[in-house]
Amino acid sequence: MDLTREEESALKGEQGETMQTAYRILVATGEATDAEKLIPIEWAHLSGVNYNTIGDAGEEFLSSISKDARVKVKTSLNPMGFDIDNVSNYNLDNNFISKQLSIKKSYETMGVIPSFSCIPYEIFDNPKKGTQVSFAESNAAIHANSFDNLKTNKESAFSALASALTGKSPYSSLRKATSSKLTIRMKVDNPNELTYGMLGFFAGKVGNESVNISGIGHMDRRSCKSLCGGMGTSGTCAKFDFDEDDSESEKIDFDENEMNKIYDELNTCEKGDLITLGSPQLGLEEISDLALRLKGRSFKKRCMIFCPRIIKEQATKLGHTNKLEQAGCEILSDCCTCLTPLIKKEEVDAVTTNSIKGAYYLKNSNGVDVNLKSLSEIIKDETK
Amino acid sequence: MKKILVKGKVKGVILKSQNPINFLGTMDKKTGIINDEHHDLFQKSVKDTILVFPYGIGSSVGAYTIYSIKSNNSAPLAMICEKVDLTVATGCALANIPLVTVTEEEFSSLEDGKEMYLDTDSSNPITFLE
Repeated sequence: MDLTREEESALKGEQGETMQTAYRILVATGEATDAEKLIPIEWAHLSGVNYNTIGDAGEEFLSSISKDARVKVKTSLNPMGFDIDNVSNYNLDNNFISKQLSIKKSYETMGVIPSFSCIPYEIFDNPKKGTQVSFAESNAAIHANSFDNLKTNKESAFSALASALTGKSPYSSLRKATSSKLTIRMKVDNPNELTYGMLGFFAGKVGNESVNISGIGHMDRRSCKSLCGGMGTSGTCAKFDFDEDDSESEKIDFDENEMNKIYDELNTCEKGDLITLGSPQLGLEEISDLALRLKGRSFKKRCMIFCPRIIKEQATKLGHTNKLEQAGCEILSDCCTCLTPLIKKEEVDAVTTNSIKGAYYLKNSNGVDVNLKSLSEIIKDETK
Repeated sequence: MKKILVKGKVKGVILKSQNPINFLGTMDKKTGIINDEHHDLFQKSVKDTILVFPYGIGSSVGAYTIYSIKSNNSAPLAMICEKVDLTVATGCALANIPLVTVTEEEFSSLEDGKEMYLDTDSSNPITFLE
């Protein structure tokens, strides 16, 4: 990799140990991904926040570097393990809570915006077209590249942190203008958000870096998010193209048969003890829509809704929070279904969700059964 | 030599594995001992070795495990892989453990128990001691 004189000096440790570590991470990542140089980025979004995923080693590392590390660019943050406002309802041990709060403090000390959200694209203003950013959360990286006209690698927690501290990122393939080598032809009729989640999951499995999709019409926001969440879960791809006339690329069909295979892989039972909505977290549009659809109805079982804190505040002002709570929903800020410590297999056998990403982690990480249903089916079957 | 991911200069004895290593799942963070009974380094410690293995597998959080074994003074002196992966690359970068990737031929020449020098700034980065 070609480094500038200043970058070389930082790598040698002439700008302190933290900058040296950050540049070491950027160079190792850059070499690993065949980048020829580092380029400036304007916004970093960090993963590696939930104590459930980074553990004691992560907590100790962050506590140590936060003594002198400060972010150089706008930096937002993924969800953590719980919502402090209602964590006492979820029987979480004190060690978890104190370690999670230490992680929160370390990030805040470094100057990170405590957004605790996996949907930065929905709660911040988007920078101008073509802006280079550095997003570690997979669904956010995919959304940024595919729907927001931004450019990012699918960063790791470490490369995004190093980008936040230096304002730079390796210039790897997804930052350049490349076209997808593979086109998936969408052949499933009347898709809902669950279908799009499965399409994304399929794309992540068969694709490499980026995938072109043909044959889909207009997608609402819920479907776009579901598509990105699905792809981020199953592979290393970080971009969709939507080009109808891509004669150069290899073609593969996503039909009922492929969809059913994915459904059977992720749907492990026919009935959940509780419902989760969110992964990715819900935005204001989805919350408003849900409040409207639930008018006069209420859930027959527990329903956990995950959203960013700022969205919950807006929803409260609009009167939605109240309505959703009356319908039996538990609304949680700052956290998400994905890798949640709040759903334990000792207490819950199975969860109903419309999230492919949520389903994958509930099954593989929480060890509970999953019942996959679209939101419309959930409202039809699980409310009265 | 294919790539230099983390620079450095060390002398040590090779500990070689034919199996990929999942740092998050199978390495004891305090002792650096591999506790997967199906692994060819089962019950061996990577501490102060030049760890030679094909590549890393598993969650990217495994990078923190590499940082932990370094903090607990149980880390290898250097790592040499055949294929690069982001978990090992970022873990070695975090912990400042020299890391290079080598060709298939070089990988075969790195025998378990041999003593060697690694100097990523040298024109001949890998040399063996008689």
